[in-house]
Amino acid sequence: MLDILIQLTYLTAASLFIVGLKRLSSPATARSGNRLAAIGMLLGLVVTLFDRQIVQFEWIAAGIVVGSAIGAYAARKVAMTSMPEMVALFNGLGGGASVLVAGGEYLRDPLALSADGLFTVGMSIFIGSLTFTGSIMAYAKLAELMRGNPITFPMQKPLNALIAALITGASVYLVLDPTSLPVVLFIISFALLLGVLFVLPIGGADMPVVISLLNSLSGVAASATGFVLNNSLLIVSGALVGASGLILTMIMCKAMNRPLSNVLFGAFGASGGMAAAATGDTNKSIREVKADDVAVMTAYGSKVVIVPGYGLAVAQAQHVIREVASILEAKNVDVKYGIHPVAGRMPGHMNVLLAEANVPYPQLYDMDDINPELESTDVVLVVGANDVVNPAARSNPASPIYGMPIIDVDKAKAVVILKRSMNTGFAGIDNDLFYLPNAYMYFGDAKKSLQGLLGALKEL
Amino acid sequence: MDLITNLFIFALSCFVGFEVISKVPTTLHTPLMSGSNAISGITIVGALVVAGHSDELTGSIIGFLAIVFAMVNVVGGFMVTDRMLEMFKKKGD
Repeated sequence: MLDILIQLTYLTAASLFIVGLKRLSSPATARSGNRLAAIGMLLGLVVTLFDRQIVQFEWIAAGIVVGSAIGAYAARKVAMTSMPEMVALFNGLGGGASVLVAGGEYLRDPLALSADGLFTVGMSIFIGSLTFTGSIMAYAKLAELMRGNPITFPMQKPLNALIAALITGASVYLVLDPTSLPVVLFIISFALLLGVLFVLPIGGADMPVVISLLNSLSGVAASATGFVLNNSLLIVSGALVGASGLILTMIMCKAMNRPLSNVLFGAFGASGGMAAAATGDTNKSIREVKADDVAVMTAYGSKVVIVPGYGLAVAQAQHVIREVASILEAKNVDVKYGIHPVAGRMPGHMNVLLAEANVPYPQLYDMDDINPELESTDVVLVVGANDVVNPAARSNPASPIYGMPIIDVDKAKAVVILKRSMNTGFAGIDNDLFYLPNAYMYFGDAKKSLQGLLGALKEL
Repeated sequence: MDLITNLFIFALSCFVGFEVISKVPTTLHTPLMSGSNAISGITIVGALVVAGHSDELTGSIIGFLAIVFAMVNVVGGFMVTDRMLEMFKKKGD
């Protein structure tokens, strides 16, 4: 009877997760969706305490208090610019928790596990450990605790494949010899190693893909643990997270026009092939403008599109740009933001940073939604973005970013590029946009430039 | 039989996940990720059993750590997602 009650509650929790995710389909309902999911989690947690197998509560209470305190502190304190680091760490904790649960279940009584249970213990530990160290590596690269450059060495791919094959083999062996603790330790240590090796060759610019993929893996690890425990709630929830991370991974890859295999093994930025694209005539001229010019251009236009890149967040200029937008709107200028999928450091990151600066979300447009509007746009302000507006991605097959979907700012009547200097962008590629007849360069620190523009607009 | 049933549940949940999550707009992809961090904290359910049943110290410590890891994800994930979603407003103020 009690078991049925527990299972029915698990079913309710799983349903609440699905409904909660469904409500994330609009910013208007998203917050209630998150709360529904949290209620589902609470139900699952509380009802599990009635499980007859649970006989002592001291460690449970201690764990819940410590974990909740750390989680609450982190959630309150984290800066929105550091969300990628936080998600990376949380992915790792998810993987780690799966390893501990599968390992703990195994240690309890290895002989009580069925053949497929033992194999899934191996797989759960494998995926969880890989996610754990992979996420810590991703965190270290994102937080710049280690260099973001890809680290490559010969035979990297065959070595990784060999380790993965050995771990899978060890999981099969575990079925034949269930009490062999050394085999379990072998799986854990080699999977931890593989997590490190797998993130090493991936460059800093590709971290949005990697944290999406690790997000997916943390879900798969939870699902694998569900197989070990025969717990449907874990399987369902893990699969939802796995699907979510996979979708985001694919979106990020598409936005960079690179297949996943290329991101994982390609070591973008490590090769010296970039310079080839920057050739061409050297006496191309640019046109420089000052705050007053930009103020006049924007204030007397009817439609302005702002294209932010991560440089905007680095300069802490989100609030200033929102003030600029407000002034323009007061002058009856239609202002929209065009956001490239890789504008921030993780999927959707730029949208959160702008929302934090009180930009209303209906003004935030995806690349695909803003592109058709650019031809009728009077002025585009490009702030801290470079490669995602480089027309070479459309026109120059020799460019390393050729084929990458971009925001077609060159099609607007005028483009003002806010930039510190003529230095090349993240990928080190020259940008032909700057030399177009409708392009104007507004040099300076993004925040100072925008403050200058704000002042000039106020005086108009 | 358990394995097959579990695979059924897993496969169907993946399809549900793809359907539901492909409708999440780009704007909400960061909260989606932190929210899914929270949901993957569902391993708490397994962690409770590992920590609660054992009379061996090793098992208790493993269970304790698993609970800490999972609870950081659950509490941190849901709270930070809520903090972000609160910022998404139709009209800025």
